[in-house]
Amino acid sequence: MEYETVIGLEVHLQLNTRTKAFCGCSTEFGNEPNTQVCPVCLGFPGSLPVYNKQALDYAIKVALALNCRVQEFTKFDRKHYYYPDLPKNYQISQYDLPLARKGFLDIYLEGNNKRIGITRVHMEEDAGKLIHRQETSLVDLNRAGVPLLEIVSEPDINSPQEAYEYLTSLKSILEYLDVSDCDMEKGSLRCDANISIREKGVVTLGTKTELKNMNSFKAVKDALAFEVERQRKELAAGNKISQETRLWDPKEQKTITMRTKEEAKDYRYFPEPDLPPFIIKDERVNEILRGIPELPKTKTLRFMKEYGLSEYDAKILVATKNNADYSEERLRQGKNKKSVANWLIGPLSGIASSNNIEISEIKISTGDFLELIELVESKQLISNLRGKEVLAEMFATGKPPALIIQEKNLAQISDEGVLEKEIEEVIEENAKSVEDFKAGKANALMFLVGQVMKKSKGKANPKVVQEMLKGRLSHA
Amino acid sequence: MPIDKGTVEYVAHLSRIELKDEELQKLSRQLQDILDFIDKLEKAQIQDVPPTSHILPIGNVLREDKVKKSLGSVESLANAPLSEGNFYAVPKIIE
Amino acid sequence: MELYQLTAHQLFDKIKSKEITPEQVYSSLSKRIKEAEPKVKAYPRLDGGSSPEEGKGAGIPVSIKDNICTKGNNTECCSRILKGFKPPYDATVITRLKESGMGVFKYKTNMDEFAFGSSTENSCFGPTRNPWNTECVPGGSSGGSAAAVSADEAILALGSDTGGSIRQPASFCGVVGLKPTYGRVSRYGLIAFASSLDQIGPITKDVRDCALLMNIISGYDANDSTSVDTPVPDYTKSLGPDIKGLRIGIPREYFIEGLDKEVEGIIRGAINKLKALGAVEKEVSLPHTEYAVPVYYIIATAEASSNLARFDGVQYGFRAEKKARNIIEMYKSTRGEGFGPEAKRRNLLGTFVLSHGYYDAYYLRALKVRTLIKSDFEKVFSEFDCIVTPTSPTPAFRIGERMEDPLKMYLSDIYTISVNLAGLPAISIPCGFSKSGLPIGLQIMAKPFAEETLFKVAYVYEQATDWHKIKPKI
Repeated sequence: MEYETVIGLEVHLQLNTRTKAFCGCSTEFGNEPNTQVCPVCLGFPGSLPVYNKQALDYAIKVALALNCRVQEFTKFDRKHYYYPDLPKNYQISQYDLPLARKGFLDIYLEGNNKRIGITRVHMEEDAGKLIHRQETSLVDLNRAGVPLLEIVSEPDINSPQEAYEYLTSLKSILEYLDVSDCDMEKGSLRCDANISIREKGVVTLGTKTELKNMNSFKAVKDALAFEVERQRKELAAGNKISQETRLWDPKEQKTITMRTKEEAKDYRYFPEPDLPPFIIKDERVNEILRGIPELPKTKTLRFMKEYGLSEYDAKILVATKNNADYSEERLRQGKNKKSVANWLIGPLSGIASSNNIEISEIKISTGDFLELIELVESKQLISNLRGKEVLAEMFATGKPPALIIQEKNLAQISDEGVLEKEIEEVIEENAKSVEDFKAGKANALMFLVGQVMKKSKGKANPKVVQEMLKGRLSHA
Repeated sequence: MPIDKGTVEYVAHLSRIELKDEELQKLSRQLQDILDFIDKLEKAQIQDVPPTSHILPIGNVLREDKVKKSLGSVESLANAPLSEGNFYAVPKIIE
Repeated sequence: MELYQLTAHQLFDKIKSKEITPEQVYSSLSKRIKEAEPKVKAYPRLDGGSSPEEGKGAGIPVSIKDNICTKGNNTECCSRILKGFKPPYDATVITRLKESGMGVFKYKTNMDEFAFGSSTENSCFGPTRNPWNTECVPGGSSGGSAAAVSADEAILALGSDTGGSIRQPASFCGVVGLKPTYGRVSRYGLIAFASSLDQIGPITKDVRDCALLMNIISGYDANDSTSVDTPVPDYTKSLGPDIKGLRIGIPREYFIEGLDKEVEGIIRGAINKLKALGAVEKEVSLPHTEYAVPVYYIIATAEASSNLARFDGVQYGFRAEKKARNIIEMYKSTRGEGFGPEAKRRNLLGTFVLSHGYYDAYYLRALKVRTLIKSDFEKVFSEFDCIVTPTSPTPAFRIGERMEDPLKMYLSDIYTISVNLAGLPAISIPCGFSKSGLPIGLQIMAKPFAEETLFKVAYVYEQATDWHKIKPKI
């Protein structure tokens, strides 16, 4: 039996506005419990909400970046359920007239472009946090009222890997828009998944299960992979899939059923009477559209075209906006684009990750960076290896490459006149290897080169040495 | 529209209100009377009539994203029936 | 004459001319409250020992209904479930009172629990008495405020009106009560009953005091997304000079069976008086009037059930003593014990009409009929300056008379309810007495933000009559 996997993802995104959705409390993370609160976000009797202009603008921005149709008329609704982290016992959300609909996100998997539909983007408020103890639970409402966006995909995703790609692409776009920290660990990006399987060729959807409690993109992928298998096994055993919510258990690496029987939820939605509706005219939409930067996918394709980069390399450089801008400045001014890309992706990224920063935070000027590449590659003043050391020194001291090479006496010796002496010495001292080479053992040559390198304390240009040795030894 | 005791019980559960048996009986009767009265709305001609959710012709009410002073934890917890440190405390939640 | 018998404007004049001080007003009022309170019971938390003199040295005190938040001061909506609640903030109207130099009376006035009611009998403290006949209700839900003003236990008061809760008790107690246009006065700090219908408004001894109070409390508030940003005129400039040529509509649907014959007679007399003063009257039709009560009881209870969901014992108010095994049990026992019978009724009804499967048939339908009711008024106001009706179909009824019949109680609101559904301003002024000596109120309605018209008509009528000078003998 061949099965097809059908996945839909629901992402909740915390917007990084300065204040909450409906009040002026700060959204800063990590303060003492119940100190970033006021009558409004505490849901005190008599309090009233007033929506954050920045949150609306960010919401429209996200909707546009996801190619959605922004609705001209949109409103908030109340969604009712009782839970102690929800002060009013209703959440201000959107039901039948969400901000935006019918968008898409393209993912690029193994050279193929796949379009994942976005059903809707809507605005709502976050709930507080709970700490569970044995007999009691503790409530902290600092997070209550933080503005959220809910992004719902069509069930167009057909594998855990595609889901992973969808999330990374989505995060990349959101990061470019600078509307959220997109951090799954901190909770500013959350993801729930709906998954079902069906026989290949069948049109109707199978029974879906909802997966929750996944705290990283990898966890989403693993959870989905586990669930696909679980559902497959169930069906193979002749059982039906029950429509339920399952939690991902990261320790046991499996999805588990929730203990209590879930009741069908009746949220009793109705239009929020305390908030008049929003009319979003084309001028406003266009204004926001103009403010959206070139997004990752377009930038990747452009990098590939303009700088002759491979898809793989382009994607790495384009991953964050700051890195992309930083890289582009260097690529544009550099002569050999591929070299520049290699140095960005290789040594420079190495320095960035060991120092726990982004490449865009590395304060090495474009001029110095490109000069180093020039000194290594075209002028061959130093070896590649030495070049990496110089780069590290440039990062540590801020000095230009030529100065460092001079100060540390790192210049590679390519002058044959200078090298001749050492080459002669090595040939004399290693008669056996010379004989081996003449006898046809290629390794012997490399050994001799190594000896010259040792004698010159690594400064000899190995390529030049190799050529000189070859030339010298092919004569009598 | 007839409303039976089971529905009233379900609605009481949705509203998280515990009702004693006599209350349930009495309320079911009273609610039935009220709903019967409300049923006269069925006569109204609402074809093509738009609903009024907001009586005022205003929209796009927004505020600037500027931080305002918050209440401290002392003030926000001052009315709490039960608190622990800086938290509100509630009986356990069954998941 | 005692100071407590005067109106605010009379007291202002005396204070201005340094004839008296605000302290003296407080003293006088305090004396009167000690004397009358055992009979009227307008201030439920005012016990024998406590002194009502809060804010001495501030200006003339305004008495406040128990659903308007005053910082650090018990605000309980006369419900067990909010027992002990001290808001950490002032309602916007309170801030405005303080900023304009008015005093804010510390002890709140009695009301039907959460404003659910038309008699103040649903208060967890028991009913306030009508100063004209203590066996009768003062009306509701702002019965405490109306009775206090009527009995001179308050110089002026604030109430709230969702379906008539200012106007009907004003009418039953023989005082002036105004419900502003929806959006005229900020709702920030008013503990919500029905968010799309509620308004705070003045309850006063005469029309001038009402205008003075409206000047203070009206106006745009950035904290209330439903408050409207249009300028507030000086309402005292609308007091007169005359109503010559004013076009009055008399809706035929308000003069049908159910209207007490005595009341009808008195209202017709008042209308004739208006004509004598120069107004022109004509019968009009508000054809969807018969749907107003059912529409109201769907929309108002739906919104109420939502607004009351937050009362769960977690953050404030009452939490059930019984040891709950889990949070759901706590919610249920807290709300089961904390809410009174009317609050439970409305919670259940509201939840029902919003629930899955019933939303379209009830709530959505009601919203559509609301549109019809609103357009009835728009049509009339395109030709008329105001609409005049009785405020209530009967004078004040006896305590206990309607408690067993919720539906009968709901029908007391029949003349006031449409005004809230259409978001209009309306005022009730005394216009006579029943044979048994109970006051009867005349209701005047105007189009949105036309409070000036209300003040003009009300003032001219008031000054041409003596109803406002007659006081209960309590």
